[in-house]
Amino acid sequence: MNERRTDILFMENITKVYGNGFMANKGINFSIREGEIHGLVGENGAGKSTLMKVLFGQETPDEGRILIRGEEVKISNPMVALSHGIGMVHQHFMLVPSLTVAENMIIGNEPLKSKVFIDSKKAVKMVREISERYNLPINPEKRVMDLSVSYKQRVEILKILLRGAKILLLDEPTAVLTPQETQELFVQLKTLKAHGFTIVFISHKLGEVKEICDRITVLRRGAVVGTAEIGDVTERDISRMMVGRDVLMDIEKKESKPEEIVMRVQDVGYTNMFGKNALKGISFDVRKGEIVGIAGVEGNGQTELAQICTGIIGSYDGTVEIQGRDISKMSVRQVREQGASFISEDRLVYDLIGTATIEENMIFDRFYKPEYRNKAGLLKSAKIDAETKQLIEDYQVACDGNKANINTLSGGNMQKVITARECSSQPSLMVASHPTRGIDIGATEFIRKKLVSLRTQGTAILLFSADLSEIMQISDRILVFYGGRIVAHIRHVDAVDENILGEYMLGIKSQSPEEIGGAVLAN
Amino acid sequence: MGVGIALLLALLLISSVSDRPLEALWKFIASPLSSTRLLGRIVEKAIPLLFTGVAVSIMFSCGQTNLAVEGAFYLSGIACAAVATLPGMTYGIHPLLSILAGGLCGMVICLIPAVMNIRFNTMTVVSSLMINFICLYIGTYLLHYVMKDPSAGFDASYKYLDTARLPKMFGVTDIHYGLLIAIAVVVIGYIALYKSSWGLGIRMTGQNPECCNFSGISVNAAILSSCAAGGFITGVGGAVEQLGMYKRYSYTGLPGYGWDGIMIAVLAQNNPKLVPFAVLFLAYLRVGADVVNQTMEVPVEIINIVQAIIIMFVAADRFLQGWKHRTIVKASGVSEAASKAAQ
Repeated sequence: MNERRTDILFMENITKVYGNGFMANKGINFSIREGEIHGLVGENGAGKSTLMKVLFGQETPDEGRILIRGEEVKISNPMVALSHGIGMVHQHFMLVPSLTVAENMIIGNEPLKSKVFIDSKKAVKMVREISERYNLPINPEKRVMDLSVSYKQRVEILKILLRGAKILLLDEPTAVLTPQETQELFVQLKTLKAHGFTIVFISHKLGEVKEICDRITVLRRGAVVGTAEIGDVTERDISRMMVGRDVLMDIEKKESKPEEIVMRVQDVGYTNMFGKNALKGISFDVRKGEIVGIAGVEGNGQTELAQICTGIIGSYDGTVEIQGRDISKMSVRQVREQGASFISEDRLVYDLIGTATIEENMIFDRFYKPEYRNKAGLLKSAKIDAETKQLIEDYQVACDGNKANINTLSGGNMQKVITARECSSQPSLMVASHPTRGIDIGATEFIRKKLVSLRTQGTAILLFSADLSEIMQISDRILVFYGGRIVAHIRHVDAVDENILGEYMLGIKSQSPEEIGGAVLAN
Repeated sequence: MGVGIALLLALLLISSVSDRPLEALWKFIASPLSSTRLLGRIVEKAIPLLFTGVAVSIMFSCGQTNLAVEGAFYLSGIACAAVATLPGMTYGIHPLLSILAGGLCGMVICLIPAVMNIRFNTMTVVSSLMINFICLYIGTYLLHYVMKDPSAGFDASYKYLDTARLPKMFGVTDIHYGLLIAIAVVVIGYIALYKSSWGLGIRMTGQNPECCNFSGISVNAAILSSCAAGGFITGVGGAVEQLGMYKRYSYTGLPGYGWDGIMIAVLAQNNPKLVPFAVLFLAYLRVGADVVNQTMEVPVEIINIVQAIIIMFVAADRFLQGWKHRTIVKASGVSEAASKAAQ
């Protein structure tokens, strides 16, 4: 019981079942010591976010209790959590872009003048004080929309500090940051720790967990696998605890032998609806049998380029050719019949029909073809049934049969369904945007291997990803985007590390036009 | 459960206007099944609803909330009347051409909101609602100034020729051969929407048009073809109703079969397979209402409210069941997936 006394917070036997019968947390015991940085790790869907939502009062647990400094508390909503000194920084920022930093920070807790009007001077002063005290400098009068991602995150942290939080819950804070920004965040977190704050750091990036945390708790499928001092475990141990088996993320990859050009992008420029030049003079090519990775901080033109390449955006400057044909005048079906396959970044909008079955989702790019229907136009249901069952098996989709609704699947399995559909059409070109975003390690490993094997079979692959390790792991060449331009063309992936890429991504460094060489692979 | 509550409410409502509420309610429920004549009337009432129910199901499946069925049903009757009053045709050909005229008329009307939606991005629900009124006044104009039979004594067309009319199937009742066409429409509608590649494209478009665009399904083609099919079926229904049930065209207002079709499609969850059940249920209520209205002192307005209450509760019940079912499926699906992953 002695140890319990040093625990600032103890969650006992927490069980949470969602309305659809999904058990997100099963009898979880989770304790944090005062003044530590505690890593909460696990794959997506392991129950980390649910546990934190229970702690922050956004979900009510079905069983279990929460003790703060040994006293049981009922946390029914986030206001109660804050009054107990628990604050949370969500993965997706909860900020109003058009308001200033100070205005965002005082929402719900405004200092008043004559009990009616917002005292904006006092608000600015409050923000200044707190940002100086914890060495988190920020300009309180700047609008949030003009801030970079890492500053927005800083505003979120300051916001909960201003509300008097002593325990900070950070939900995957590094997911949106570059390596340099991550290091900066770690310095800040260590400063906060020195001031006596307790931090729960949620992540599935093991290197980071190892670097910043004092202790970790690993969750798998809603249950605690174990808690450990960080010194006692290796990254490999943690990964084994998370997945339940060894994950071999070193994907075997033979030297690429690029052949003829499959996709050629020439001088593409695009002005978005806000009048911003999102892309300026982009040129590159993708050849048969190579993976070209597009790296960059989000919002530097990659999304727009991906949408142009996949036909979602139809009007732009310059040309995009697939197999030598300009795609701007073709319908999406014609582009696909050229042998192109697409995975979009927004899987629930463009890749899947959430209300349809797995089978329907697997065939809707091809059901119109003659081999899937008889002369009367009726679908060959037996053939479709057999093919989709085979795909489910080949792509290891964990599901309740091919007639189950797609929305009963986890994110990783949904992504496998998409991958199955897009890869099984034997494409000559694959444009994949964030193919493993937000999914578990097992599925990530599977999809990356699949992409590499497609490449080896001769598919040209254009890969967009915000995950640097993914880009470096499977690409043969890398193009770095900054401010809508290509600022670096890396011909040999082995020759760079994440820090060099990070410098290009942040615009600290850029290659000369000669070095980029038109981003075309010299023959 | 839902039906029980509905009947209780209905009883309260009827007892506020009648001294014999229980008798009225009993008549409402039991009388439609009491005689062959009344059973036959259920089927008669069901025929037009089968057409509009299937038509709306097809259009709603594609995400087109196209309410022009009402106007299409109304105006296609006039198109049919125009052909059915032409002399000089033989028995087989005459009804066929009349029905075809109705179908084409319905198709054109239902296509207007779809084309507007594609070309100008208007909301189908709004434009199609407006089109109903345009249809009504065009129809009224035609009937009053162009097609009126002066000898009829009221606004009505000339009598349909005997060569055009659909004969009765059974002696006692007014059930006509249109029933066979209606059944064929239900069967073909189901196969087309759920078994053909055309139907799959329609249903996928209705559920996520962005996704369909991205994967190469032509969203515009799906919208146009679903509304054309829906409109054609509605028009055929309008024509069949005229040739089977009436001697001359005499609608002076929108007949309401389109609205009923929308209700039926909602009850049947846009699945033509379930349309007959919803239709029979609705027709049964209608016949019960007629009987009470004719034999008791309960005003027709109250009867209509009672009908509406029952339909609402049945619909609610149906949705709750669907919801319950989905959650059960989800729970079992997830736990099985989890246990599979655990292996």
